[in-house]
Amino acid sequence: MDKELAREVILENFQHPVNKSEVMGSDYQKVNTRNPNCIDNIDLYIKFNNDKIEDIHFLGEACAISTASTSVMIKNLIGKTIKEAKEYINNFYAMCDEEEYDDTLLKEGLAFQDIYKQSNRKHCATLPYKGILKALEEYENK
Amino acid sequence: MHRDDFPMLRQDIIYLDNGATSLKPQCVIDKMTDYYENYSANAHRGDYDISYKVDLEYENTRDLVKDFIGAKRKEEIVFTSGTTDSLNLIVNGFFSGLLEAGDEIILTKTEHASNVMPWFRVAGETGAIIKYIPLDDNNFVTLDNLKKVVTPKTKVISLAEITNVVGDIRPIKEITKFAHERDIFVVVDGAQSVPHIKTNVSDTDVDFLAFSAHKMCGPTGVGVLYAKYELMQNIEPMNLGGGMNESFDAPDKMVLKEVPTRFEAGTPNISGVIGLGEAIKYLNKVGMDKISAYEKNLRSYLIEKLVSIPHIDILNIEADSGIVAFNVDGLFSEDVAYYLNKYGICVRAGSHCAKLTKDVLGVANSIRVSLYFYNTESEIDSLVELLKDKDKIMKEMF
Ligand SMILES: Cc1ncc(COP(=O)(O)O)c(C=O)c1O
Repeated sequence: MDKELAREVILENFQHPVNKSEVMGSDYQKVNTRNPNCIDNIDLYIKFNNDKIEDIHFLGEACAISTASTSVMIKNLIGKTIKEAKEYINNFYAMCDEEEYDDTLLKEGLAFQDIYKQSNRKHCATLPYKGILKALEEYENK
Repeated sequence: MHRDDFPMLRQDIIYLDNGATSLKPQCVIDKMTDYYENYSANAHRGDYDISYKVDLEYENTRDLVKDFIGAKRKEEIVFTSGTTDSLNLIVNGFFSGLLEAGDEIILTKTEHASNVMPWFRVAGETGAIIKYIPLDDNNFVTLDNLKKVVTPKTKVISLAEITNVVGDIRPIKEITKFAHERDIFVVVDGAQSVPHIKTNVSDTDVDFLAFSAHKMCGPTGVGVLYAKYELMQNIEPMNLGGGMNESFDAPDKMVLKEVPTRFEAGTPNISGVIGLGEAIKYLNKVGMDKISAYEKNLRSYLIEKLVSIPHIDILNIEADSGIVAFNVDGLFSEDVAYYLNKYGICVRAGSHCAKLTKDVLGVANSIRVSLYFYNTESEIDSLVELLKDKDKIMKEMF
């Protein structure tokens, strides 16, 4: 993704993130995700339907990169099966870790393709993914 | 003032995080190096010249601290590892044995974690109750508001003389007078006040005072607990071991040394204590009154400039200390700090270890500028210039 476009995607998703609201209800699973070295603090609310991710919302205080990354992740994961979701997540991590990845899967996630160059911001981009992986594990172990 | 004394200031940075820790002047660094290079023996042990010199220097710091805070005797000064350590010692070594179920501990919601969490635990263990002084419109503590929460059950009031986010200077002397008329103990967290304003415990009459060397031009890993001499006998040492005992023959036959030595078990932070002594000499030379007057002016200068920027929301306009907390409209504090860092400006973002403060400020996180006497108006100009342009911040914050 072009650098300018990447900036715009991040800024747009930071200023107008999707699904930024708390959801109550027993059909939503809540996980908290944060990093030890910064103050980002995000709650994810995930609704599974059998093997599908039906809905995700989030709430919290976090930096531009974390917030934008959460918004993008939510757009990309809603409607995916757990298997597809994991494939997407693995590719996102691979991109952040400078490994080989399938760029056709990531859509707006590609806005974070240069994040590996700022090693101190990588954990911001991956923060929501840490949370969703925790939620998936909890769901599958239920 | 005195910028040439600080080796760190030769770097191209603007250091505005003095609330977290201060920079160290060359004389303090040299004094500690001198110990390691020329007389690095243990304290209170050896019968040879260089060890004797260690004792002299170590105890000399105790005298310097005593005079610096206006204590009556040097025995009232205990060396700890920092404010946190001092507060934990006083809560666990003194108040845990004294508090009973239903007794009240009074704090404020703007205290640092180190002056909250030890009290939370002791409350849990003893059944004592935590109460908070309601804060006024500026989030300051007033004597009138303290009166609203004190009851016959109140045993202790523990508060910072200057808090690390709101930065208000509390009326400690009035509070202590009111408290003592009711046999209530007063514990003061001096981490942000002792480095910046003149402290006199004989004048304020507080019972306990905790502070850290590293925020006052001294080294990390050293702090002080001041306790009134007559209360010291009742503090239970938390650490037992070498250096603090007279003899030990059986579990029921342990004889401890006199205060304050009995609170300093094990080999202490000798170079740190000696460094603290030098830091105090240095601050005395600069002059504590000069330091606070200078910081007050510098703060006004900063506030005046910040209020004229429409997208800046200052959280503590009225406070008197060198602490200014603010947010940039719609932006996350850490992003702004990250942006400023690109220009070599060091500020802190976050909750500043005062997580109850969000209840009173309405925001959990902020950017904090904390000044010291070596900061300048021109540094503030650079900061303000960078904050003026919100588009630039948005463009460069990630
Ligand atoms: C008000 C206040 N109390 C306590 C502390 C803790 O000091 P230390 O980390 O040196 O133990 C700090 C330092 O951040 C502080 O600002």
